[in-house]
Amino acid sequence: MKQIKKIAFWLLVLFLLILICLPGIWIFVSAFRPNPEILSKPANWIPDRWTIHQFTQMFSINGYVSVPAFKYLMNSVIISSVSTVIAITIGMMGGYAFARFNFRGKNSIFLSLMLARAVPGISLSLPLFILFAKLGIINTSFGVILVYVAMNVPFTIWLTDGFFRQIPKEMSEVARTDGCTRLQAFWNVELPLAGPGIGAAAIFAFLLSWNEYALASIITRTVHSKTLPIGMMDYLDEFTINWAGMCAIAVVMIIPALILTFIVQKHLVSGLTFGGVKG
Amino acid sequence: MAEVKLKNITKKYGDVTAVQNMSLDIPHNEFLVLVGPSGCGKSTTLRMIAGLEEISGGEIYIGDQVVNEKDPKDRNISMVFQNYALYPHMTVEENLGFSLKIAKEDKEEIETRVKEAVQILGLEELRKRKPSQLSGGQRQRVAMGRAIVRRPDAFLFDEPLSNLDAKLRTQMRTEIKKLHQKLKTTVIYVTHDQVEAMTLADRIVIMKDGVIEQIGTPLELFEKPATKFVATFIGSPSMNMIEAKITNISGELYMETNDGISVLIPKHKKNSLAEGQKIFFGFRAEDIVPLKFGQKPKNSWSMTSKVNLAEPLGTETLIFTNLGNTEVVSRMFTPELVNSNDDLEFALNLDRTYLFDGDTGLAI
Repeated sequence: MKQIKKIAFWLLVLFLLILICLPGIWIFVSAFRPNPEILSKPANWIPDRWTIHQFTQMFSINGYVSVPAFKYLMNSVIISSVSTVIAITIGMMGGYAFARFNFRGKNSIFLSLMLARAVPGISLSLPLFILFAKLGIINTSFGVILVYVAMNVPFTIWLTDGFFRQIPKEMSEVARTDGCTRLQAFWNVELPLAGPGIGAAAIFAFLLSWNEYALASIITRTVHSKTLPIGMMDYLDEFTINWAGMCAIAVVMIIPALILTFIVQKHLVSGLTFGGVKG
Repeated sequence: MAEVKLKNITKKYGDVTAVQNMSLDIPHNEFLVLVGPSGCGKSTTLRMIAGLEEISGGEIYIGDQVVNEKDPKDRNISMVFQNYALYPHMTVEENLGFSLKIAKEDKEEIETRVKEAVQILGLEELRKRKPSQLSGGQRQRVAMGRAIVRRPDAFLFDEPLSNLDAKLRTQMRTEIKKLHQKLKTTVIYVTHDQVEAMTLADRIVIMKDGVIEQIGTPLELFEKPATKFVATFIGSPSMNMIEAKITNISGELYMETNDGISVLIPKHKKNSLAEGQKIFFGFRAEDIVPLKFGQKPKNSWSMTSKVNLAEPLGTETLIFTNLGNTEVVSRMFTPELVNSNDDLEFALNLDRTYLFDGDTGLAI
């Protein structure tokens, strides 16, 4: 009886897992087979013919380019990394300030930063488009980076503020009586201790930029600035849709995101453990 | 190697005054303890000396320099915190050497000085460990080591022992005292524990509500408390304190308690008292003797009273009884069993009573 229960439980788990993973699996499988097979009815679950045709085309390995995926990938990497580095640098300093200093209007500033997160990004698309068009930074990586930094800074502040709060104030005080300036105390003691938290914040910021579609679809126009999610739309022709190509580019997009998500998970579960002060 | 001087130091947080007009001279090599109940401003004072807290008024000198505007790093002091505040991401060795590394000392110098501190504190085995792998006492020792390595002008201790268990606390107390004798440096030590203060200090500063109540050697404070607060704060158990009024019975001055008990005032105190004056009348537990187990003092006043409770502590026994309606405690040093509800005769040594003004609390 006990055994049957156990088996039933694991079957249920398996079923749920398949249900959750199915879209991902479908994308993965479809990336490696020809387009007609994707459209066949009834659905063909296991491809008759595996091919890496879409990938070779995408990265113009045989000289023929369907979609400039490599350029999009580079755009994505550059935009996501640069915006993450800037957002983390600003956000970390902001988080530290909120955690350590008292200043006038501290709570209202913090609240308004959090409120900024509550605004749906898409509602900003039109004003952003007009503003960027007037400034001449539409369809530039710089413009996209600017938007992503603005989106990520409040979240980073919120997250790092929490991590810095966990570090006892005495850490920086003792470092200062040990001969450090405030900046040295921050750099040598508080930053290393907040490291895992800042790392997690950075990964979150990176993923947000990496996956963002709505705003990028408005302010990027050409191969100069299009990121992977936008590039995917290149497979949408007037009369046909290249599903296989779309799935292939989706695979390229998902893999880094997947790796980073695993890292985040580890950091967030382990949390911070201190031995320096009595717990 | 320096003396520390406070001149009319004041610290205000908005409208609240944490420390008021405090002046203090701490000569070189002195072990000075700041003691008082929580919120009396002792830690704030220490933090102002360290430079972690801004000063609202007055001047602080370390050596002959005013350090008001100086950063903590430029004051050449070392501070040991209550929660140790070791750098968790560094080994014991790195913790000890950190200040020297920041000061850009060369590697050999760092090595010798860390070695020296490790030897003084017996940390040889632990050099490569991280703070999380150390026990409370070991962490405390590393924290002290980190302070020693800098060779500071003054050590500041902020309740360094209060996170340790009772046994370890006594042990570390002795170690701190020995360390001071070895290093011969000015030490300013904050605690709320009067036993720690008494055992460690060359001089004690008792603070209350941001003001110094009394400065003196441990024995001075014990024998000649300047105020009622000091009298009850120093010594364990606390000094017995009874509210009374001065009355004149046929030409002799007596103090009369609220419940009508009269005790003759010792001769040497008479001159400074006036009839009708409200006073507090204090005496220590060892100065009220149960006659069955002790010797009657020469100049004494006796009463018979029921024992409320007896606490045998081994070398001594505390007997709680009533003087009128006020509970008082008596201490005897004979290992005899005393039962609750026994009637005992007590003799109060009148030569060792303390009088304090009823309004100001100042000693009379």
